[in-house]
Amino acid sequence: MAASREAAPGTLSAASFGVGGLFVVGALLSIFIAANTLDNVMAFHATIFILFFVLGIFAIGKRHFDTLERGPEPASQDGVTYHDGPVRVATLAALFWGIAGFLAGLYIALELAFPWLNFDLAFLNFGRLRPLHTSAVIFAFGGNALIATSLYVVQRTCKARLAGDIAPWFIVWGYQLFIVLAATGYLLGVTQGKEYAEPEWYVDLWLTIVWVTYLIVFVATLAKRKEPHIYVANWFYLAFIVTIAMLHLINNAAIPVALTSTKSYIIWSGVQDALIQWWYGHNAVGFFLTAGFLGMMYYFVPKRAERPVFSYRLSIVHFWALIFLYIWAGPHHLHYTALPDWAQTLGMTFSIMLWMPSWGGMINGLMTLSGAWDKLRTDPVIRMLVVSIAFYGMSTFEGPVMSIKAVNSLSHYTDWTIGHVHSGALGWVGFVSFGAIYCLVPWLWNRKQLYSLALVNWHFWIATLGIVLYITAMWVSGILQGLMWRAYDSLGFLEYSFVETVEAMHPFYAIRALGGGLFLVGALIMAYNVIMTIKGHVREGEALSPAPAGDGQLVAVGAE
Amino acid sequence: MSKFTHATIEKNSILLLILTLVAVSIGGLVEIVPTFLIKTTVEDVEGVRPYSPLELAGRDIYVREGCYTCHSQMIRSLRSEVERYGHYSLAAESKYDHPFQWGSKRTGPDLARVGGKYSNDWHALHLADPRAVVPESVMPGYPFLATTPLAQYDIENSLSVLALLGTPYTDEMVTEALTDVFVQQNPDEDYDDMEERYPGAVIANFDGDPNTVTELDAVIAYLQMLGTLVDFSTVERATLTQ
Repeated sequence: MAASREAAPGTLSAASFGVGGLFVVGALLSIFIAANTLDNVMAFHATIFILFFVLGIFAIGKRHFDTLERGPEPASQDGVTYHDGPVRVATLAALFWGIAGFLAGLYIALELAFPWLNFDLAFLNFGRLRPLHTSAVIFAFGGNALIATSLYVVQRTCKARLAGDIAPWFIVWGYQLFIVLAATGYLLGVTQGKEYAEPEWYVDLWLTIVWVTYLIVFVATLAKRKEPHIYVANWFYLAFIVTIAMLHLINNAAIPVALTSTKSYIIWSGVQDALIQWWYGHNAVGFFLTAGFLGMMYYFVPKRAERPVFSYRLSIVHFWALIFLYIWAGPHHLHYTALPDWAQTLGMTFSIMLWMPSWGGMINGLMTLSGAWDKLRTDPVIRMLVVSIAFYGMSTFEGPVMSIKAVNSLSHYTDWTIGHVHSGALGWVGFVSFGAIYCLVPWLWNRKQLYSLALVNWHFWIATLGIVLYITAMWVSGILQGLMWRAYDSLGFLEYSFVETVEAMHPFYAIRALGGGLFLVGALIMAYNVIMTIKGHVREGEALSPAPAGDGQLVAVGAE
Repeated sequence: MSKFTHATIEKNSILLLILTLVAVSIGGLVEIVPTFLIKTTVEDVEGVRPYSPLELAGRDIYVREGCYTCHSQMIRSLRSEVERYGHYSLAAESKYDHPFQWGSKRTGPDLARVGGKYSNDWHALHLADPRAVVPESVMPGYPFLATTPLAQYDIENSLSVLALLGTPYTDEMVTEALTDVFVQQNPDEDYDDMEERYPGAVIANFDGDPNTVTELDAVIAYLQMLGTLVDFSTVERATLTQ
């Protein structure tokens, strides 16, 4: 992966030729599959692969000549030549996919309120668009935000350039290819049918290659750090990357029907498949949507607040407790099902214990603002970050409550779960990512400040209103539906037919769509703000903000 | 090195990686491995058989269209669920499901025991235009199922792969797969062998056209067998203890 010692970053080296050779092999394999398949989607996807490999080879060559012409990249103030090109691409990709994912979410919310919007078309039906929405927001928006921030943070806190030269570019563009294959596959009916793990076998294999590269680059960058300690944000990013690799490999183990077929069968079945799926599914929440974003919190909150992390000890306890306990929580998705009782009870117990490290993280994040609380008034970016931590605290309290079997018997299968997920996803993951991107964009494009803090303020309030509408609507509809399903009349019969409970949901589905729409409007305002910032504009009348600069000190504090 | 402190871990990226991997492995190992080792995890009940090729094709379409995003196939052991949907679901009933389709959300009702509850005609009408039969429904329409011929080029491979994964498909079942697909939706043909291979399979002209196997045939064949394989009047309670 690493460029040979003689070659300057960007120019051709032995490694570049190695990667180019692998791309040629990949292209030939794709051509072979495209030529031999009866499966139209496989032919389409093989063609996309061919395009990717050919463009990749051209990009490596073009980069070589551009570098020769332009000369070596300038070093930053601290003497390190950071590799920020891939970070910039992933940042913009996060924004782009975020808006696409929010839009898909809004559309399926409207489909539930107004089912004629399905238009009887296969690719527009709720069942195909729902995985598109979840994958777009979790893996495309969240994943790119994580890749961008982790690759930025690991360089700054290690005072080292990313390991590898082409590898970071491969991670970012390879990940975009994964997204395109997964998304177009869903629309065309290619899915494994496992929630949050819908991409089919060949897309999973591709993601494995990209992800292992990501892990190697991350660890190799840690290994060449110039700081003695590994900063706490990197512990979380590392746990996120390595655990997702483990979960992905085991949950997606499958045998394709043929090399030329998009279809495969998961090797697990029935109850074991259910358990493995929710071991995966809940830890997609625990490690993708929590550990990774905690890494983000541990860098951007102290950075923006210009305060050290509240407690070093708390971060150690909270890190190990969180990663150890989270992995047990999956069975709470299977209460009262055909999963054996002992596993359900174990899952519930650990879910409740998980409340403690979760709030440990929340306290560590919030208290980092000690002595800087006044910034909540003046800096809407810090407000967004702080509110994200508050939402994290709220949803990590709600989660353990819902994992209790008695509560779960009411909440499971209802919209309460959907509301819970969205208080975490919109409030925590969304806001902490927005906050981080608002910090990152001026740093990455060397701008003194954002185009407009007033627009950040608008984004914050519109999106917050959207989240509140969303989750309250889902609380009401979920609890209402759960109660209607178990209501008995005076003669001891079930009081409501199923479809009566569907009918009762209508007003809440409309309110939820309104909430989602507001969240989307906020993101569009953000996109405008980011584009204007990158163009180098500053909105008229906005005084220079005291936003901290990028490459400053934020390194681990020693134990002793 | 006088004393092991957390600083030791923080200063060694490989040690941090290894200890992280250890910490995140334990929970999964303790919870997942025993479900493969403890025999009673999957109850020993009569009647559960592999899907017929047409049912399997229907199930693949069920997965393809993302039906699991709104319909569960898992009746919980709660009084209100058992009264609404029937006997609570057994692990044995989904032991041949690759992947499982228990679901996590009921925007629509549970389908674990939908088999036999409605007529084939009702299903055909309902899938084409749900609001024609259930005005309050929010389900999408699937009129294209009736007009799309079932792609059959992979069916034998599908059965072979599932056999490899432990589903008891015999060689005969694999070689006869295409025939079985056709006769299950054409009652005028000789379906005795097929019925013997897949006892309890619903054999009917599901979509009104016996000459073309459509995706609608497959989906209805699948829906009509869901939850019908175990005869609970003959099951002793003791065998259901996990």
